[in-house]
Amino acid sequence: MKNINNEQILNILKNQDHTTVTILSSLLSVQDEIGYLPKNAISSIADFMNVTTNDVWGVASYYLNFRFNPPGQHTIEICWGPSCHIRGASKLQSSVLEKLKLKNQGDTSDGKFTLKFNTCLGACPQAPMISIDHKLSGKMNSSKLLKMLDKLN
Amino acid sequence: MSFEALKRDSDKRWLDLTTGSKPWIRVSSAMCCGTSLESDSIVSEIVNYSEKNKIPINIDTVGCHGICYAGPIIDILYKGQPRIFWGNVTRDNVIKILDNYIKNDEVLTDNLLGTLGDRFIKGIKKIGDLPGMSLQNRIALRNSGNIAFNDIYQYIANGGFEGLHKAVTKMSSDEVISEVKDSGLRGRGGAAFPTGLKWSFMANSKGVKYILCNCEEGDPGAYNDKGILESDPYTLIEGMAIAGYATKSTNGYVFIRHGHDGPIDRTKEAIQQAYDNGLLGNNIFGSDFSFDIEVSLTGDSYVAGEETALMESVEGLSARPRSRPPFPAAYGVWGHPSTINNVKSLAYVSEIIRNGSEWFKSIGTESSSGTAIVCLSGDILHPGMYEVEMGISIEDVVKKIGGGIPDGRSLKMLQTGGPLGGVLGPDSLKVKIDFDEMAKAGAILGSGGIIIVDDRTCAVDLTKSLVAFCQYESCGKCFPCRLGMTHLLEIVEKISRGKGNLTDLDLMNKIGRNMQAGSLCGHGQLGYNPISSALKHFQKDFESCMDGNCPTGSCNERQIVFPENTRPNSWQTIKGN
Repeated sequence: MKNINNEQILNILKNQDHTTVTILSSLLSVQDEIGYLPKNAISSIADFMNVTTNDVWGVASYYLNFRFNPPGQHTIEICWGPSCHIRGASKLQSSVLEKLKLKNQGDTSDGKFTLKFNTCLGACPQAPMISIDHKLSGKMNSSKLLKMLDKLN
Repeated sequence: MSFEALKRDSDKRWLDLTTGSKPWIRVSSAMCCGTSLESDSIVSEIVNYSEKNKIPINIDTVGCHGICYAGPIIDILYKGQPRIFWGNVTRDNVIKILDNYIKNDEVLTDNLLGTLGDRFIKGIKKIGDLPGMSLQNRIALRNSGNIAFNDIYQYIANGGFEGLHKAVTKMSSDEVISEVKDSGLRGRGGAAFPTGLKWSFMANSKGVKYILCNCEEGDPGAYNDKGILESDPYTLIEGMAIAGYATKSTNGYVFIRHGHDGPIDRTKEAIQQAYDNGLLGNNIFGSDFSFDIEVSLTGDSYVAGEETALMESVEGLSARPRSRPPFPAAYGVWGHPSTINNVKSLAYVSEIIRNGSEWFKSIGTESSSGTAIVCLSGDILHPGMYEVEMGISIEDVVKKIGGGIPDGRSLKMLQTGGPLGGVLGPDSLKVKIDFDEMAKAGAILGSGGIIIVDDRTCAVDLTKSLVAFCQYESCGKCFPCRLGMTHLLEIVEKISRGKGNLTDLDLMNKIGRNMQAGSLCGHGQLGYNPISSALKHFQKDFESCMDGNCPTGSCNERQIVFPENTRPNSWQTIKGN
């Protein structure tokens, strides 16, 4: 895990691309920049916003997109919302879990993959949807998806 | 620059595009086309082709045509011929299409969709004759697919900002509110509250006031808000500014989920262009009306789309609902009066002001004027985003526009209005798309999503997926919802595993009633809807599943892996050493 010092975080907070600066906008900026919220981000944001660490942690732990350790090299998201479910999303879930030797969403131990189950990726006509490193692919099936994962390896 | 000069300038640019000597190529690149179908690679192929062959072209990326099954779509306007459309274009076949048409005037029939416009070419069908197009009446989506989503001049050349100009220069705030009231416009976010009436609650307060536009859109099966922002963000900006003028507000926020880069980037760019042309900011059209808009991002949370939770999120806090009263019009963002409108509601406003309330009222039904933007997904031949007049039957939408159920299957269920909406059976095909008619049938039009489910899916299986969604997305503030959704999911899961008995149905009903009585927002209040509506039409499925005989086998076949919470328990555990 690379070390991010307070000064770097302060820099990100000062230069964030949000006109209205809030706890949430600060958290989003740090995660956008670093990929996760490092240890010192919570206290740095608390100082920057002049609130308590509890206030910041409350927001950071509420939204499901925040993470507290570096993500894998590749992030795979599988949509399991109702539209994708009826088009076979659960098969995608089980085949990827088996392939990555995971029991549920999370990171592989070699740091290569992060698997996330998403409730809606927003392109339902192409269900079932997946996304690899924020690039969506639709009308997915297990063999196609496993091949895509092989290519990443 | 005065608005008149801006309009002249825009008209001239439009004339150059439409009647100039260069071919004008438009590539659809909203949502599915832009992401999973890689229309950007098609654009770069075309640009390469034009440079290599020294053929000057105009190329624009445009929004969604609605017929998502045919995406990505390209069309060419050239040499006074009508626009010719090709569908399911890829980077491999696009050059062949272009080359044959531009160099040899030959229209390739592979992938050909047809022509658009009054003129036609003999032997080529008209795209307007496709049921997916002919049954549409596009108001909010009028520019979608026709103008570049990143060129404000194309929007202005097509009547854009005339509504705002008329409102600010010729009408009082009260007149704008009356016009919108008279039009019968009702909120498209789900609650169907009259938009003009909502605005009038804001009219008498003074000082800083906010217009909040809700594009959180977490509903599976609905993608029309994102569709509007990716296709024509200007119509939203104009609608918001008119809402700002009507309510004498000072600021607007467009509220979008972080990570949905398409709508976020396009809206930000459109806002900047509006500022650059004096259509936002201080003293718009030289009047004393000033209005600012910015994009506000939220994290992953479905409940953030609830109006009071949305305000918490704009303030940068956890998106948990507030108790009402006080209502947002009295105490909203940072305590200032606020009005929350859905993207779709605001997208109609500019046309209502430009064409008058009578015009809008004449479209649709008595109680639901205008159009509905329905999103078809699931087991349907032609999934897509279609803007239809209110009053059309669900049957016409599913069978004519959607093309019916593929693979020789039959229709079993319709799931409307998002996961908190309801499940309908095939007997509801006659129901009209209309706020009140659909409510009477036990479902809501809601955000416009319709998930079509064929006979391979068991009602318990679909219900399980809906309840799992609602359980996962409960914000946890009110315990009847937090615990109730979890309990409901346990029971539905048990039934889907072939266990459970009839007393479970009574228990679920009791939990559902408690949730309705004891939750602050619609998430808990309506959380029992998927189960109650499914039971109403498909109790037999539940009973056979209890006996271990899932009628379709889908309960056993599709094992959802419910996402586990992967976050640390507390701040102390990450802080560690």
